[in-house]
Amino acid sequence: MTIDDLSVGVDLVDISEVAKSVKRFGDKYLRRVYTEHEIACCQGPPDVAAGSLAARFAAKEATLKVLRPDGARPDWRSIEVVRLPNGSCKLRLRGAAARLAVERGLGPFALSMTHEAGLAAAVVVSGSASDYDGEPIMEGPEP
Amino acid sequence: MSEEPALKDQIRQMIEEHARLAVPIGTLDDDADLFLAGMTSHASVNVMLALEDCFEIEFPESMLRKSTFQSVAAIDAALSELQSVSA
Repeated sequence: MTIDDLSVGVDLVDISEVAKSVKRFGDKYLRRVYTEHEIACCQGPPDVAAGSLAARFAAKEATLKVLRPDGARPDWRSIEVVRLPNGSCKLRLRGAAARLAVERGLGPFALSMTHEAGLAAAVVVSGSASDYDGEPIMEGPEP
Repeated sequence: MSEEPALKDQIRQMIEEHARLAVPIGTLDDDADLFLAGMTSHASVNVMLALEDCFEIEFPESMLRKSTFQSVAAIDAALSELQSVSA
């Protein structure tokens, strides 16, 4: 693998804006952007939940920067942040996002998220799918 | 008798409320790039949801592209397309 085989995306989200969206649009906002699993992982006091949601939104946007869709962008829910039993998180792509990753020859995807001082950030790095022999990360039907 | 505000005026009101632009929407023409004017990706979600509430429509995945929400004119065109389909 060379540096040309790597793609990176980064995004930064204002946590207070996510909190406002939850307050203003409620369930409509949550169900349009996040999966059931993500919503379940982002429970708690509003400020805490907003930080977790903002980190996941940043992850979705960072992934889109790696996928570089030419036309319609995949549904936000087709890019899912999955929390593992050990507390770490990984990306799972479905539907249009998964198809785009295959078309671009991308995968696997490495994810790092953080939130602090009112901001949430995520970095996504992808290698070349042809060099990858681990477990499949792109799975499932349309969200 | 009051009249319904023009479609573009309603769009501009939604943008003013939700797009978090760096400048007042009134200073931008219909073709001005809203992302260049400071609208973030997350703010564009809020604009989309506000438009859906206001016009009782839903943007399909095929219209979830940056260009759909790039300007007042682009949003106007997208809404007109959606409303013509649902009419």
